Amino acid sequence: MTKDDCKKLVTEIIADIAPDEDLSNLKPDVRLRDQLQLDSMDFLDIVMELRKRHGIEVPEADYIQLASLESCAEYLTPKFNALEGKR
Amino acid sequence: MKQSRIVITGLGLTAPNGNTLAEFRQNLLTGVSGVELIEVRYMGAQPAGVCHFDPLKYQKKKDVRIGTRAGSISILCAREALADSGLAWEGFDKSRAGIYLGITEHGNVETENEIYNVSLFKHDTKFWSHHHNPRTVANNPAGEVSLNLGITGPAYTLGAACAAGNLGLIHAAQMLRLGEVDIAFAGGVSESIGTFGIFAAFKSQGALASHPDPTKASRPFDKKRNGIVVSEGGCIYTMERLEDALARGAKIYGEIGGYCVNSDATDYVLPNAVRQAECIRRAIAHAGLTPGVIDIVNTHATATPQGDIQECLAIREVFAGCADVNINNTKSFIGHAMGAAGALELAGNLPSFDDLMVHPTINVDDLDPQCELPGLVLNLPRQAKRVDAILNNSFGMLGINSALVIVRYRA
Repeated sequence: MTKDDCKKLVTEIIADIAPDEDLSNLKPDVRLRDQLQLDSMDFLDIVMELRKRHGIEVPEADYIQLASLESCAEYLTPKFNALEGKR
Repeated sequence: MKQSRIVITGLGLTAPNGNTLAEFRQNLLTGVSGVELIEVRYMGAQPAGVCHFDPLKYQKKKDVRIGTRAGSISILCAREALADSGLAWEGFDKSRAGIYLGITEHGNVETENEIYNVSLFKHDTKFWSHHHNPRTVANNPAGEVSLNLGITGPAYTLGAACAAGNLGLIHAAQMLRLGEVDIAFAGGVSESIGTFGIFAAFKSQGALASHPDPTKASRPFDKKRNGIVVSEGGCIYTMERLEDALARGAKIYGEIGGYCVNSDATDYVLPNAVRQAECIRRAIAHAGLTPGVIDIVNTHATATPQGDIQECLAIREVFAGCADVNINNTKSFIGHAMGAAGALELAGNLPSFDDLMVHPTINVDDLDPQCELPGLVLNLPRQAKRVDAILNNSFGMLGINSALVIVRYRA
């Protein structure tokens, strides 16, 4: 999986979590909270959906890694690839 | 102490056969049922009353996702009641508004959904949603309205089994008289068709309706009645002290005449005709009336074999010799809307103050002799000689009874 693939998967989740938001111009390096109306419960939803849909665990200490699309990709891509390797 | 007179000045509703009072009333007068077949988890197709409205009319998609069906129903009804009331909302002190919603139950739908969800993940509770608690707290439907309308006054639900719809209005009248609020959003809501547990429990109890034609499944007073059709729905009224309503030139649907809430103290499930009769008598006396001047009795009857007979016993005893009373039933059209039932059923009858028509009880092909009452309005609407007082009965499990008398407003 590439980082771009990872961003696409995260964006798909955000589209479900924040269905009223326009995600077409999401800036990868800007904090999601600064671009979208997302609160802490929404980030918990993102964590839950990563767990449910992809089997990815994000420990609480690492929530900060989900701040932007870029940091998501940086943090999650190796996790996706590690899972892929196990399969 | 002289008590304030309390009036109804607006209403919003969603029923299985109508999303506005006009549509609902028209269908009640023309015999249109709102019962259809739905797929119930683990149980397959069951007759149920389903409301068809667009929750996005007053909510964002995200709020619909996070909230509950009961919340969406409540918001729709409250918003439409507010619009109907004509109240100048922008300048209104939101801390002086109260929300009082009757519920039979709340949280079963969301709990079942989460249990089903974790069953897909080997019952690992880390897959249990953090939204579960705000969705299932008992005040959820009222709380969602407060969020949506920015109401900072009291917002809570009243758990009163199937008597709850009346309880919303009764409690609102009390709070208005106490001066706790200046406007009340009051009524009842139900999302119960989303929980298989209610269907399954009624089935186990031998009290779940079945019929090849879902529109004929809810048949109170008929010999072949075989139980309850579970429904969702909501009805919320704006209620005010008369002086406030008059000061702003509000339209007045009717006035709270009197009410009574009592308890059987005899059984978890089985009704008690003696206590029901006592409740009805007290409500009529509280209104300063006698049974002979009640023009419409909207029955609670749910089409269970025993329940209908018990209510008929109570009504027969209270209204003996009252030749002009008209007795009807709204559940025959919409099924049992649980916490919304009392409030919705009242709404279906309020227009009778204007058109003097009494909507019937439908699906009575063969009247059970034990349910025979002189004033029953069967299958076709009836023109009444006079409609100045409506009695609305709602009874529930654990023996809670409520009777509410609404009277024509006269200056």
